[in-house]
Amino acid sequence: MRLNTTTRPGAGVRERNGMAERPVEERIRDFEEVDTGMTPGEAMEEAARCLQCKKPACINGCPVGIDIPGFIAEIAEGRFSEARSRILEANLLPAICGRVCPQESQCEGACVLAGKERAINIGALERFAADNGVAELGEERPVSLAGRRIAVVGSGPAGLTAAAELARRGHKITLFESLHEPGGVLVYGIPEFRLPKAIVSTEIERVLALGVELRTNTLVGNAVPVDDLMTFDAVFVATGAGLPVFMGIPGEETNGVYSANEFLTRVNLMRADCFPEAGTPVKRGSRVVVTGAGNVAMDAARVARRLGARVILVYRRREEDFPARCAEVRHAREEGVEFVTCAAPVRIHGTPSVTGVECVRMEMCELDASGRPEPRAIEGSSFIIDADCVIQAIGTSPNPLLVRLLSGAATGRKGNLVVDEDGRTTVPWIYAGGDIATGAATVILAMGAGKRAASVIDSDLASRPEGEI
Amino acid sequence: MYRVVEARPLADRVHALVIEAPHVARNAKAGQFLIIRKEPGGERIPLTVSAVDDDRVRVIFMTVGATTHQLAELQPGDTILDVAGPLGRPSEIPSGETCVVVGGGVGIASCPILARTLREAGNRVIGILGARTAELLILEDEMRTACDELYLATDDGTKGRHGFAADVLKEVIESVQVDSVWIIGPAIMMKVTSEVTRTAGIRTWVSLNPIMVDGTGMCGSCRVIVNGEVRFACVDGPEFDAHGVDFDHLMQRQRFYFEEERHALEHHHATRCGCSGEERHG
Ligand SMILES: Cc1cc2nc3c(=O)[nH]c(=O)nc-3n(C[C@H](O)[C@H](O)[C@H](O)COP(=O)(O)OP(=O)(O)OC[C@H]3O[C@@H](n4cnc5c(N)ncnc54)[C@H](O)[C@@H]3O)c2cc1C
Ligand SMILES: Cc1cc2nc3c(=O)[nH]c(=O)nc-3n(C[C@H](O)[C@H](O)[C@H](O)COP(=O)(O)OP(=O)(O)OC[C@H]3O[C@@H](n4cnc5c(N)ncnc54)[C@H](O)[C@@H]3O)c2cc1C
Ligand code: SF4
Ligand code: SF4
Ligand code: FES
Repeated sequence: MRLNTTTRPGAGVRERNGMAERPVEERIRDFEEVDTGMTPGEAMEEAARCLQCKKPACINGCPVGIDIPGFIAEIAEGRFSEARSRILEANLLPAICGRVCPQESQCEGACVLAGKERAINIGALERFAADNGVAELGEERPVSLAGRRIAVVGSGPAGLTAAAELARRGHKITLFESLHEPGGVLVYGIPEFRLPKAIVSTEIERVLALGVELRTNTLVGNAVPVDDLMTFDAVFVATGAGLPVFMGIPGEETNGVYSANEFLTRVNLMRADCFPEAGTPVKRGSRVVVTGAGNVAMDAARVARRLGARVILVYRRREEDFPARCAEVRHAREEGVEFVTCAAPVRIHGTPSVTGVECVRMEMCELDASGRPEPRAIEGSSFIIDADCVIQAIGTSPNPLLVRLLSGAATGRKGNLVVDEDGRTTVPWIYAGGDIATGAATVILAMGAGKRAASVIDSDLASRPEGEI
Repeated sequence: MYRVVEARPLADRVHALVIEAPHVARNAKAGQFLIIRKEPGGERIPLTVSAVDDDRVRVIFMTVGATTHQLAELQPGDTILDVAGPLGRPSEIPSGETCVVVGGGVGIASCPILARTLREAGNRVIGILGARTAELLILEDEMRTACDELYLATDDGTKGRHGFAADVLKEVIESVQVDSVWIIGPAIMMKVTSEVTRTAGIRTWVSLNPIMVDGTGMCGSCRVIVNGEVRFACVDGPEFDAHGVDFDHLMQRQRFYFEEERHALEHHHATRCGCSGEERHG
């Protein structure tokens, strides 16, 4: 086992403690977790590095406002359960966030030590407290008679958080989920080796234990007509951005071309890696091309590696432009994923099955609106990468199904539901948050939106007389 | 958990299951389907809603691979882990028209509910059922009560007309003014049969059955090409304008997991039946 310690040279600078990781040769043969977490000693040492700032900048970087120095101080003192309960006050899914938040652009990016020394490893500490503390939430308000009936549609991080926060306030919550398991992207998208499903289900059980009624296999819009939905006192729509985007290049309908959602769902949710013991198959390519370079692309690439393929990831910009979390890029590279940058697929070859992907080289031109250089195709530069499987991970857009049934709901350019800063849509008593409102974003932003909307729904309902719709 | 209340064979390799699934039954309409996952680790498979009665839905399926073989072993009182639905869009039901409903093979499963719905909306309904042989002509009685007229055809001439449903359809549209046609069956049958109405310019619907995973528009496994555009059958369909469908593409994608499916079936026989992979359910 190797310790991933990022050290800055120089006297008097304390090291940032990282997590242990399993060696590459071992981990690419299974789906078990890559990061193995901190030991109590490492956690306490890392916690001791925190300056306990009077005005902690880190908290501003956390969309759910965890008392970061507070829980870190508990860890430093060895009070792991207290640390855990501190976190739970603000974040119901700490074992998940500690693992998947893009900390470098959130809490850790805001930490005062980020520039000088090294930011406190807040994510690893949060994960440590979540995994090692035994505290549960304090006593909960039971469903009160004054509580209203609220429907939450979608059980991803936004829906789970809203459901939990509303249940804690005494409302009666029905949580609808179209798949057979709750969790959204946490169960169908993010792979086991990054976020073990057992951890997700323990976290979800805690939410359900607050008295939330979960109804799986229920596609709202179909199994629950919108008219029935309107009989609830309020509705929180958290249906996510699950609609896969295809590139629209010739050959995409060839056998062997997957959306990342399909590929990942087959493996993560349906356990196609265990086929035929599990009933769902997946094509085990020998040379897999993944297009895109976000978290989703890295996940697809690393899953394909674990299924035994040589994996080539193609991205139209440069490596420094990869949108994925740093750790994911590093892990993908360590695991042997090959990167082809400044190249864009233009055609998929083969009938009926994929034989290769034709790409063109891209040059980086003047900066675009996002401040990144705009890639432009270089004429006559096309080349073919041999492949028997292609996974497209260039993005997803908001789920259109329920949105198009909500008459009067304003939608944005990407098909997202338009909400005000409190999560209200343009339809009275319908609120929304998470990826359905923002387009594909992050777990913690979705949770932040769920939390904020819950408190707004609660206060809006409190000011509405009983019975009025 | 969803309880099986009735399980019976209808013909060689064709089975009917009636399942207690109130949320599906209360909202299901003609043309829609559901997705079943029998047990933990099981595959999600789409099956058309064949009938609805109070809190119960009926599905009719042919044993082709591992999952349908498992379903065929169910007895009343057994449970199914997951039943999701109704999924997809309901059939577009006209009124005051003359409609033809053509069912081929196990596709006949979807026909009575559609015929009944069309009839209730004030249409005249002509049914045509086609199958390889007499035994596979299922649901004849139900169709007889659901339709104004019913024609039968078998490939081997053991019942009804000796020939294909397409032959009967051709005669029907030559003798009556037909406004809309539905064709539901295997892809190749839908492809051939829908050619009959193309030149006559009659609006024709087919119910497409690509391989699906979630059935909610999230994966794109079910993508089909209709009028040159990519559509997701589970949310945009499963019924589409027959004359725009790229059936060859549909059939190509249906065969994608051929090897894996065979493997799974062998595995099923080896672990469930204690036999060596030989077909035992035929
Ligand atoms: C492969 C992958 C990796 C990612 N990695 C990271 C990461 O490392 N860090 C990070 O912060 N973010 C990551 N993300 C993004 C993050 O997962 C999402 O931003 C987040 O899950 C959004 O949460 P949500 O609750 O809005 O929606 P989702 O998680 O998408 O959940 C929506 C749920 O609603 C259900 N649903 C949809 N329509 C209906 C309906 N009509 N009726 C009932 N149910 C419905 C869906 O089945 C789904 O379960 C990743 C995303 C993917 C796909
Ligand atoms: C919307 C929809 C409605 C359907 N309704 C019915 C129905 O009412 N009755 C019924 O018997 N079947 C129906 N099907 C087909 C049914 O879903 C498949 O037969 C089933 O998934 C096969 O599962 P399996 O594990 O037994 O076989 P698998 O091992 O998955 O497949 C075995 C064989 O069936 C073929 N196959 C796999 N999936 C499909 C598919 N989706 N369509 C056609 N062939 C397929 C394979 O190419 C293979 O040759 C429907 C499909 C869809 C998409
Ligand atoms: S929830 Fe995410 S952003 Fe907030 S402190 Fe934890 S890791 Fe940082
Ligand atoms: S900003 Fe950094 S050092 Fe300051 S309290 Fe937060 S984690 Fe500790
Ligand atoms: S089955 Fe996944 S999108 Fe249709």
